[in-house]
Amino acid sequence: MDLENTFKKGRWCEAIEVKDFVSLNITPYSGDHTFLEGPTARTSKLWDVCKVALKEERENNGLRDVDVNIVSGMTAFEAGFIDKDNEVIVGLQTDKLLKRAMKPYGGYNVVKKALSEHGLKPNPIVDESFSKYTKTHNDGVFDAYTDEIRKFRSLGFLTGLPDNYARGRIIGDYRRVALYGINRLIDGKKEDLQKITGPMSDATIRLREEVSEQLRALSDMIEMGNIYGLDLSRPAQNASEAVQWTYMAYLAAVKEQDGAAMSLGSVSSFLDVFIEKDLQDGKITETDAQEYIDQFVMKLRMVRHLRMEAYDQIFAGDPTWVTESIGGLLIDGRSKVTKTSFRFLNTLYNLGPSPEPNITILWSKNLPKGFKDYCAKVSIETSSIQYENDDLMRTSSNCDDYGIACCVSMQELGKHIQFFGARTNLAKTLLLAVNSGRCENTGTEMVDGIPFIEEEYLDYDKVIANFKIAMKEVARVYNDAMNIIHFMHDKYYYEKAQMALIDTNPKINIAYGIAGLSIVADSLSAIKHAKVKPIRDENGLTVDFQIEGDFPKYGNDDDRVDHIARDVVEHFNMELEKLPVYKNATPTMSVLTITSNVVYGKKTGATPDGRAKGVAFAPGANPMHGRDTHGVIASLNSVAKIDYKDSKDGISNTLSVVPKSLGATPEMRIDNLVRTLDGYFGCNAQHLNVNVLDRDTLLHAMEHPEDHPQLTIRVSGYAVNFVRLTREQQQEVLTRSFHETM
Amino acid sequence: MSPSENKLIVHSIESFGTHDGPGIRLVVFLQGCNLQCKYCQNADTIALKGGTPTEIDSLVKRAINMKTYFGDDGGVTVSGGEPMLQSKVLIPFFEALKAEGIHTNIDTNGLIRTPEAKHLISDLSDLLMFDVKSTTEEGFKSITGAKGLDRLLENIQLREQSQKPYWLRYVLVPGYTDSEESLRWLIDTFSANKYLQKFEILPYHKLGTYKWESLGMDYQFKDVQENTPEQIDRAFEMLKPHFKDMIVK
Repeated sequence: MDLENTFKKGRWCEAIEVKDFVSLNITPYSGDHTFLEGPTARTSKLWDVCKVALKEERENNGLRDVDVNIVSGMTAFEAGFIDKDNEVIVGLQTDKLLKRAMKPYGGYNVVKKALSEHGLKPNPIVDESFSKYTKTHNDGVFDAYTDEIRKFRSLGFLTGLPDNYARGRIIGDYRRVALYGINRLIDGKKEDLQKITGPMSDATIRLREEVSEQLRALSDMIEMGNIYGLDLSRPAQNASEAVQWTYMAYLAAVKEQDGAAMSLGSVSSFLDVFIEKDLQDGKITETDAQEYIDQFVMKLRMVRHLRMEAYDQIFAGDPTWVTESIGGLLIDGRSKVTKTSFRFLNTLYNLGPSPEPNITILWSKNLPKGFKDYCAKVSIETSSIQYENDDLMRTSSNCDDYGIACCVSMQELGKHIQFFGARTNLAKTLLLAVNSGRCENTGTEMVDGIPFIEEEYLDYDKVIANFKIAMKEVARVYNDAMNIIHFMHDKYYYEKAQMALIDTNPKINIAYGIAGLSIVADSLSAIKHAKVKPIRDENGLTVDFQIEGDFPKYGNDDDRVDHIARDVVEHFNMELEKLPVYKNATPTMSVLTITSNVVYGKKTGATPDGRAKGVAFAPGANPMHGRDTHGVIASLNSVAKIDYKDSKDGISNTLSVVPKSLGATPEMRIDNLVRTLDGYFGCNAQHLNVNVLDRDTLLHAMEHPEDHPQLTIRVSGYAVNFVRLTREQQQEVLTRSFHETM
Repeated sequence: MSPSENKLIVHSIESFGTHDGPGIRLVVFLQGCNLQCKYCQNADTIALKGGTPTEIDSLVKRAINMKTYFGDDGGVTVSGGEPMLQSKVLIPFFEALKAEGIHTNIDTNGLIRTPEAKHLISDLSDLLMFDVKSTTEEGFKSITGAKGLDRLLENIQLREQSQKPYWLRYVLVPGYTDSEESLRWLIDTFSANKYLQKFEILPYHKLGTYKWESLGMDYQFKDVQENTPEQIDRAFEMLKPHFKDMIVK
């Protein structure tokens, strides 16, 4: 099949422009979900095998199998299958299901540690190679880190930085392999390379080396296809090949890299073009179409990376963030919802609920009603999906072909990448302001120029002035760390497979982040609206705060405190924007914690809002647990006031409601959830995780995990299998606000 | 305006009301009630003391902030307590909401007959939800501590005559309000009413018992059992043919 003569022609025929292909050939679907089919017998058989393997993995302390002899790569392993005869979409990261692989280029010590935690060691040849001869990203970063950065890192001001694990977040445009075939992509990259000529500045030399690496990756990808008997050098010829080719491209990335979050992008409506064509031609049935998607998604659920236990503190539950973004509108106003959008959601029924792939709905008020209703139904029944504001992101960036990197971060597909930067602890930064620039736990001098506060009661203006000094200095150190990390990651663990599927020299943004926003907002509100007296130890360090009187709390739609939160975000982002970034990347910021809100809390002393030392923060931009006392909408409205322009990498919010509070009947619950999403995003909010769960279900799952193997809950920008969280993390989830209507 | 004329005495606010009228609603629970229903779920709202005086402007602002969530049918519901006890302040509150195009609703026991209450019933409120406590005066007194069925019926009649929509809510208390005779009375009394938009049956439950205990008050309906599914079905099947929109909550 010659694709150019099969589909509507356009710019995509001349240049690598998947977006143009989708826009010209998409068949938007505005109906409901009743056309969907259940799983085939083959799919069910495969999933049964996976369920057994998943159980073995859980029972074996989260690791079913690992290869200690082979360093992972696209062509490192023989073909692997779940149950070959029943597979219509093939490919595993290694030669066996749920067998993990070593990817030591991010940091060899991390690999060794992960293995030793399971009583294993790398093969001596691998050990010699990475101990003696091969430098890693982690080695490079620590060669360059200053004493100051180390101090901020070890005391918990900067946590979870991608300096000992791979940064991830880069989304390859995996559709390109299906639409163009790899030979065509190689031709394009060769042309690009020829055009990168002198004078040979650092940037030019680096780019030539990078494109050469990409060309090598593309050849490897063809070879990887050959291992499975697939000719990826040419475009896909039909729907099943389109799914298979796209998956192979993604598989290449997750064989090569173990980035924290490796999103899939937005493939569903692209694949729909091929599926729709085969359906129209009578070559396949709806059952076939669903089978391709079910089996594709099943493969995505089986993606694994080798992680050490400490990693679980910042990213709990072994997530991979295979984030697939579904829905949204085209710039011309047409909907991007297709039948394959529904088919992806339907996998949550055909295979049961699951945290991966991280299904993300790009919500627009103009999405078709049938789709909105189905999304709400799926949320209510599975708690497995999240929502992001397409109207906000599409219009502010004038882009309608984007994916979500990791949890909340917009990224134009194939044109744009980001450098992940974890986050800084803003609550701890606030404590610098009342401790004359010293760490509240150790007394270590962190920041110069902050005067000691003598007064018995904290003065709002003085605290704000000190806080601004602290923010400026923390931003400076954070920026230093980021520049080192991404320089070294490019040098030692360059994402050649993903970058081969992205335009040469793409736009880059650096993704800074903050944690503890609600603590900061409530603390400043307490200082402003009540009387706050710091209790200090013999060294003058705050150990507690006494609050006299009441104060407005973030999460109740009260401008007196919500505007404090908004202004803090604006100010810290402004400080970050001033600083120069590696590769001239554009600074952006997120309010997102993943699950680091627990460990951040542990590292942070008592705060002026009345939070005791060590208590977990609220996740993301959420109000602090139990302080949002005016119900769901008031809580959502507080978060919605944070301005997206100040936090363009995303503003994460997680909503947990008990089913009954959504309404009396299933239909009312769907209607009310749709209205809630329309309302929240209508206020220009950016992101919402939706959990519809009873606390009792979670309590039962804590005691009887075997009864709830697939129980899924959204945490902060992603979802986890509840039973794979540690007891402490499970308890933290339970302390969060579960909204019940009075 | 004097402070008392632009402040409502508020017990609490629920911004995600999904059970007190159509759509998503801002529910303002007002403090104080003229009755003492023995099964009251919000016993802490009964006392005429307490509550937080709240400027109606701040409540209107809250409602405006919720406009994107209201869709076609959401809005504001005042509940309680008995909101009509504060009908004087409800009038400017509802007028302000009306000026903002926000739908208004009152969840009332329907006993108050002041001129302001009548104005809200006959004209100002977009919707009313009357709580029918019992079908006889004696029953009314045994549940609420006072008679008042006649005044409730007069107010419902006033609403019907004003040709504006209203809902009825009926708590199905085993042994008190679920006899065939009672249900028959409901059909005879209300089924011909043109502006009765919806009839909600609320099964009896004891979720509010803890509030009574925490207030140091005696929950007198301790021995009344919650409805069996069969009891609910029987009432629903009997009433349903006579009312156009009927649900069990």
